[in-house]
Parts: sequence; structure tokens; C-alpha cells
Amino acid sequence: MAKIQLNGKKVSIKQKLSISDLLKKYKLDTSKIAVEINGIILNKTKYKKRILKNNDKIEIVHFIGGG
Amino acid sequence: MKKDVFKIANKIFKSRLIVGTGKYKDFKETAAAVKNSGAEIVTVAVRRVNILDKKKPILMDYINPKKITYLPNTAGCFNSEDALRTLRLAREMGGWKMVKLEVLGDKKTLFPNMIETIKSTKILVKEGFKVLVYCSDDPLLAKKLEDIGASAIMPLASPIGSGLGIQNKVNLSLIIKQSKVPVIVDAGIGTASDATIAMELGCDGVLINSAIAKAKNPILMANSFKNAVISGRQSFMAGRMKKEFFGSPSSPFKGLI
Repeated sequence: MAKIQLNGKKVSIKQKLSISDLLKKYKLDTSKIAVEINGIILNKTKYKKRILKNNDKIEIVHFIGGG
Repeated sequence: MKKDVFKIANKIFKSRLIVGTGKYKDFKETAAAVKNSGAEIVTVAVRRVNILDKKKPILMDYINPKKITYLPNTAGCFNSEDALRTLRLAREMGGWKMVKLEVLGDKKTLFPNMIETIKSTKILVKEGFKVLVYCSDDPLLAKKLEDIGASAIMPLASPIGSGLGIQNKVNLSLIIKQSKVPVIVDAGIGTASDATIAMELGCDGVLINSAIAKAKNPILMANSFKNAVISGRQSFMAGRMKKEFFGSPSSPFKGLI
């Protein structure tokens, strides 16, 4: 198990989980979101390669209604 | 007569009305209002995905970004760092380069922090963004934004969400006269006639959110704004009559019985 912080919440995940796996787990469409890891934006092409590590801080954002 | 086109960052739009997508009852109402407004550009905010609720509806399922241009906005950012982070994430989401920069300086009035705004504009322009900039109605600062590469100047009419309408026609007119990039009035418009006045002054476009979303019937108000913006633009293009201090009869005196 690895412990990460996902959108401000502490979450436990399986070992060797990639960003791609994480997005699938939460049923998120890659074309509709953006991911930031530890303050750095992760390019969409790297979602499969990037394996989550203990204490990673992940932010997943999308567009919502706004002025 | 030259064709009247609305061009921002080399992209041509038919509608001069940009609408915000916040403050609506639900996405269904948002989508209906956008449709009725005839707007081709909508502003959107960037926020965390709700990871606890997998079934929560999302904006893109109601407003198709392939048909309507999304204009990511930095609403809620009070410094350059947060604004840059937001827009870089927006770009990563799907290549959005045309963005609206809004760096606020005061929680009560929501007036822009122009020092941070100028700082952010410079960086974004360097990174290849086409930046539409929310700003105060100071002509000198508006000129400064144009000089550093802003794609459009977006002066406020009055505080965001106040509905107080256009408070400083003189400053707005000065900005319109001096600007070579589009001037889009952003913030403070309360009702359709305010938008018409802005367009009659010679603005290139207006951005409306609260005035539509907070109307009793947002969908009808969206349509009203569509007509108001067209009407104001046509009136500006037609050129109004000269004001006279005395009456001037519409019917000739000659031949009076």
C-alpha cells in the first residue's frame, strides 16, 4: 500500500499504481482533466509511465461553471 | 462598407456577447442560457474534481467545447502564482491557449490587483498564451496591458456581480479610443440596456454572467442580452444623431393647412 494525497484528501492505494490506473479507478476521462503531481503539471503522454509513490500530492482538476 | 468582424487573437467570432457559466441552478439551465444568448465563447473556472462522487455531472457533458469556445478564467485567484498555475493546468487539459486572466486584489470589491495582473500577463504572453485581461478602467493601465501583449482589454463597468452598470463612461470611452486590441466590458453589467450602452460607446464586446444567471428567468434574459448587444453594436455602427438643445419638428411646416 502507498499513501497519497489526492485533491486534499488522504487516500491509500495499491503499490505500483500509475496515474492512468488512478484515473480509471475514479472513472475520469483524460481528455477532460489535468493532473498536477507535487506542484508540477504532468503531461498527458506520461500518465501510463508515472507510478505513484508514497506521499505524492496529486491534484486532478477540470472545468466547472464560472464567470 | 467594411464587414464588421469581431476578432480576438486572430479568431473571428460572430457574436460579441461572451457569457459566464457560473451561478446557475444546474448545468441544464446553464446550457439553455448559453444557447439562447447566441454566445460562441463561455468563461469557465478550473477546480478540483470531486473524487468522492463519481456520478457528479460535468460541464463538458452539457456545453460541447468543440462547438463553444471555452475561455478558462482565473476567477478566485488573488496572486500571480495561483493565476499562472490555473491557466497552465487549463492549457494541459486540452490545449486552451486563449485565456482570461483575472487577479483579484480585494475580497469586498473584487477589484483587480493591477500590479499582479501586469506581472502575470507578461509571463503568460511569453509562454504563448493569448490573454484577455480583466482590469480596472484606468486608461494608462489599459495601455500598459496592450503594450505588453494582451490580446484583449477587459475593463470593469462596476464591481463583479454588483449589477451596478457602467459607472465611468468617460474612462471607458478613452480606453476604447486608444486601444488597437478588442475592448470587452467585463463585470458589473446589471441588465440588457447596460450592455447596449457599452456597445454604443464602441466596445467590441461584453462579458455577462450574473445579470443572466441571477435574473428571474435566466433563459429569457440570455436572449434579451443577445438582442441588446446586437442593437448596441448596430447603433454604434450607424452613428447616432447630434444632440440639440431645442426642438426640431419631424414634419415640415410648409404646406400646413
